[in-house]
Amino acid sequence: MADKIYRINMNDLSFTIEDVPSEWMGLGGRGLTSTIVAKEVDPQCHPLGPNNKLVFAPGLLSGTSAANSGRNSCGAKSPLTGGIKESNVGGTTAGIMAKLGIKALIIEGLPQDDSTFYHLHVSFEKVEIQQVPELVGKNNFEVLDHMLAKYNKKVAVMSIGRPAEQKMLISNISVKDPKGKLRSHGRGGLGAVMGSKKIKCITVDAEKFNEASANIVDPEKFKEANKVFTKALQENPISGEGLPAFGTNVLVNILNEAGALPTRNFRSGQYDFAENICGETMAENIKARGGSTTHGCHAGCVIQCSQTYNDKDGNYLTSGFEYEMIWAFGANFGIRDLDLIAKIDALMDDLGVDAIETGVTMGLAADAGILAYGDGAKAYEILANDVSNGTPLGRIIGSGCANLGKLYGLVRVPVVKGQSIPAYEPRAVKGQGVAYATSPMGADHTAGYAVATNILNSGGFVDPLKKEGQVALARNLQIATAAVDSTGMCIFVAFPALDDPKCLPALIDMINARFGISLSGDDVLNLGANILKTERAFNIKAGLTSASDRLPEFMNYEPLPPHNLVWDFTNEEIDEFWNF
Amino acid sequence: MQEIHITIKLFAQYREERFKVEQRKIKKGTSAKDIMDVLGISEHKLPLGVLMVNSKHEKEDYILQEGDTLALFPKVGGG
Ligand code: SF4
Repeated sequence: MADKIYRINMNDLSFTIEDVPSEWMGLGGRGLTSTIVAKEVDPQCHPLGPNNKLVFAPGLLSGTSAANSGRNSCGAKSPLTGGIKESNVGGTTAGIMAKLGIKALIIEGLPQDDSTFYHLHVSFEKVEIQQVPELVGKNNFEVLDHMLAKYNKKVAVMSIGRPAEQKMLISNISVKDPKGKLRSHGRGGLGAVMGSKKIKCITVDAEKFNEASANIVDPEKFKEANKVFTKALQENPISGEGLPAFGTNVLVNILNEAGALPTRNFRSGQYDFAENICGETMAENIKARGGSTTHGCHAGCVIQCSQTYNDKDGNYLTSGFEYEMIWAFGANFGIRDLDLIAKIDALMDDLGVDAIETGVTMGLAADAGILAYGDGAKAYEILANDVSNGTPLGRIIGSGCANLGKLYGLVRVPVVKGQSIPAYEPRAVKGQGVAYATSPMGADHTAGYAVATNILNSGGFVDPLKKEGQVALARNLQIATAAVDSTGMCIFVAFPALDDPKCLPALIDMINARFGISLSGDDVLNLGANILKTERAFNIKAGLTSASDRLPEFMNYEPLPPHNLVWDFTNEEIDEFWNF
Repeated sequence: MQEIHITIKLFAQYREERFKVEQRKIKKGTSAKDIMDVLGISEHKLPLGVLMVNSKHEKEDYILQEGDTLALFPKVGGG
C-alpha cells in the first residue's frame, strides 16, 4: 500500500486519509512541506488565522536504516517572517510517521470552540482528536510525561509550551528525542501556528503500522549505498571526530578567532570571555562532571553531535546544548557562566522557545534597557515568569527581536525578514551574510551554511572578508541544502558531502534504491532549485520583495571590529542570487 | 640572529598535552609550518583544519612577523 496524506480539519475536528497526488510522489521533507504550503495556503492569509496550514513531512529516507535520516520537516506560513517556513528536527517523529506510511500530515482550520486545547493522536489509518483541558497552561516536560504515561515509551510526541499557547512569535514546536529529552522545530514561530490551531500536542503511534511502507525496492543496492554513506560520515574529520568530541559548540573559539562571533548585540566579532563558554571548556566540564559528549537526536544518527551536560555536582542540567544557544546567551547577551546558560537552555526547552530568536531578543533587550547586558539571572526570571505567564513584558520579549526593536525605537536590530540573525557575523563571514539576506526563510544559517567554506575550509575556501565568490557560494549551498532537507538527512551531512566525492552519490543511490527510480545528481540539484523558487514565489505573493532580501542597514555603515569591515554588497549584487 | 615574538593559540584536540596559549620567541623567517613541526601538529592524527594569523586565514608557508598571533585548529565544524 502506498503512502498517504493524513489531513486533519480543526474546523470540525475531522480527518481524512488521501492518496498522494502524483506530483508529490518524489518529494519529502522540506520539498514536500513547501510544495504543499505553496499550493494550499493563501500567501496573504494571516498566519494565525483559519487559512494557514501546519504541515509535517518526514524526509524521503526517513524510516529506513539510512544513517542520519530521521529529520522531520514542519512547514507553514510564518507569523514571524510573513513568508514561507520550513524547520526540521530530529527526534522520533520522522521515523514513526514514515513507518505508518504518512507522507505528510496536514493540519488546517481553527476549532469553533477555542476555549480549550486539543491532543491529536495519530495512528495507523486513524486520528483521534481529544480535548485536554488538564494540559492547558503546562509546559513541555509535563506534557511529555503525561503522554508517555498514557501510551508507552514508543510514541512520538510533539508539543507546545505556554508561550506557544499564547501565540508568541519566539515559540517553537518541541519534539521528543530517543532519550526522552526535547529537540525543536525552532525557527519562525511555528509554535504559535500550532497554538493558533489550539493543538497542545500530537502523538504518533506506530504500534500497528503499514508493513509495505518500509519496503525498499532494491534492498541490496540500498544496503551497499548506506555502507558507503555511513563510512563517509564516520571518516570525515568533522562529522567523525570533531562533532562527537566537542559538539557544535567547538565553533565558539574558531568564530571568535576569525573575528566573526557576534558579540554584545552585534557590536564586535570577538568576545573577551569566549574561553568561558567554548566547546573545549564544555567538553572538560562534561569529562569532569559525568554526562556525555555524544548523544544522537534521533536513532539512526552516527555522528552524535549532541550531549548531556551536568552541573558541578554531577546533576543533570540540560541536553542538546548547542552552539547557537551558547552564543546567543553568551557572547551576544554577555553571560560568562556556561552553567547558567545551561540552566536557561533547560528552561527554554520546557517553555518551548527558539534559542536564536529568544537569545538575540534578549541581547536587544539589553540595548533597550530592560535588563543589564550579561544579567543571566534576570534573563532567567523574565523567561520563567514574564514570558511563561504572558505579562506585558513577557509578550514584548515573546514577540521577537524585530518587534522589540520597533517598540523601543532601536536601530541596531539584527534581523532579516523579521527573523533574528544567528551566530555568524555577516560583515566578517560575507558568504553567510548573502545566505541570510536571500534565504526565503529569513536569516537562517542552516539554509546555506557558507561558514563551512568561508571559515572552516570545507568544500574549498572562499575568503570570508571579501565579496568575491560569495553570491555563487550562497546560491550553490542553498540549492544543495534545499535538496538535502528533503531527504530527511541532518544538515551535518554537508561536511562529508562537501569534501568527500563518494558521499552525495551514495545518498542519491539510497533514494534511487528505495523508490526504484534513477535520479541523477543534476536531478537532485534541480529539485533543490525548484524548492527555492517555489518558496520565493510564495513570499513574493505574500508581499515580500527584493527589498526584503537585505541585511539590517546598520551593518552598511557600522564597521565591525576587529576587521573593521562593513556590509558592502550593493542591492544589485545581492539580487544576482536569484539568477538561476 | 634576529628574534621575533609571537603568540601561539591551539584549539580542540590540539590542546591535549600541549597548551591553550603561549608566547614564544622564534627566529625571524620561521614559517607557520615550522611551528607546527616543532609542536608535533604536522604529524597529529587530526589534519590541520584552519590556520589563522591575526584573525585571518593563512597558509602553512606563511612567514611569521613580530607580534603575530598564530591560531591552529584541527578540522572542526558545527552549525
Ligand atoms: S549529528 Fe547532531 S543534529 Fe545531526 S542527527 Fe546527529 S545529533 Fe542530530
